[in-house]
Amino acid sequence: MNEALTYLGENLGAIGARLAEHIAIVGAAMIAAVPVGAGIGLMLARESAGRVRGIIFYLLGLGQTIPSLAILALAVGVIGIGPLPAIIALFLYALLPIARNTYAGIRGVPAATVDAARGLGMTDRQILRQVELPLAAPMIIGGIRTATVVAISAGALAYLIGAGGLGDFIFTGIALFKPEAMLAGAIPTALLALAADRCLAILERKVSQVA
Amino acid sequence: MGLMEFLHEYDTSLLLAVGQHLRLVGIALAIALITAAPLGAWIARRPQASGPVLLAANLIQTVPSIALFGLMIPVLALVNRGIGAVPATIALVLYAQLPIIRNTYVALRSVPADALDAARGLGMTERQMLIHVALPLAAPGIIAGIRVAATMSIGVAAVAAYIGAGGLGLFIARGIATTWDTMTLAGAIGVAALALAVELILEIAERRLTPRGLRSSGRRG
Repeated sequence: MNEALTYLGENLGAIGARLAEHIAIVGAAMIAAVPVGAGIGLMLARESAGRVRGIIFYLLGLGQTIPSLAILALAVGVIGIGPLPAIIALFLYALLPIARNTYAGIRGVPAATVDAARGLGMTDRQILRQVELPLAAPMIIGGIRTATVVAISAGALAYLIGAGGLGDFIFTGIALFKPEAMLAGAIPTALLALAADRCLAILERKVSQVA
Repeated sequence: MGLMEFLHEYDTSLLLAVGQHLRLVGIALAIALITAAPLGAWIARRPQASGPVLLAANLIQTVPSIALFGLMIPVLALVNRGIGAVPATIALVLYAQLPIIRNTYVALRSVPADALDAARGLGMTERQMLIHVALPLAAPGIIAGIRVAATMSIGVAAVAAYIGAGGLGLFIARGIATTWDTMTLAGAIGVAALALAVELILEIAERRLTPRGLRSSGRRG
């Protein structure tokens, strides 16, 4: 236990640097995935989406079934190593939860509410911005929450394809059988995931009270 | 060496890895089912316990798999079980708790009260009601939970190759370590195909297990 604490103390700077890398990879992927995923969800929520909706959700669902390690490994084959393939893999992986929840959120807005807004003379754009999106916000944030936790988890594997992140300590610790290194990576990774989950859960609740 | 050539050359070790992978996942799911399903059934009867149980399962789920290994290995190393199938199985069992508990809970809660009343009216005991009425009606939901747990487990088991649990992840690990793209690709495609195959098979099982009266339009009339 003492060894672990000493190790943590000595490597505080390196842990911070890996944590920053981890957050940067996940953050970049999420910044891209939120508008794209929400856009897909919005388009599929329109009546005109028809049969395409089922097909796209089925494909996204199948994509989600593919394990993250496999997606990262496939990204290496296509793009090579480094942070970029990791970000692209995490981005693709994050699309489904966001798209699905946006779709469900928009679909869950009562038709009577939309009719009332239209009766007030709102344009489609105004209805989307001032009625549908605020009411769907808790669901959308719920999707972002799921996607973020998954991305943090997959981000720990991104070390394997040369993207850095907290996986560095864990995999190095496993390779050298150095428990203190494993803990130095595992504890911040777990805390990061739990913190992101809790923060977004609180945001979800706050927003649903407003809605 | 192209992918096809690779698959041909390494067909036995690939098959062996698939077997190892499925055994790991199968054992873990069996343990998860006999722990999580009763727990789900229990909280379905005690709503005040459902909050804490689901929250705990959700917290476990939130911890990334490789981080969980990193936390477990130092502890299990004290009893000489740090690496290999033991930590892998424990992790898989823990992760499978949430989908199975939640789905069992939701499925049992949504058994129509009328059906249970009718069963009671027929003179069934509590036990008979559970076995002959509630469980058959809840089966598709429970299977759906197992399906989610199974595909997730296949993914986590691939990561477990890094802690010496074998399986298809070994091809990914070795391929990355030696920058042999063909080997990485074979492992990645293998894991993805395995997950998709299990997903489709359990989807069919889910449909088959749905009582005839509940299929398609039968319900909520």
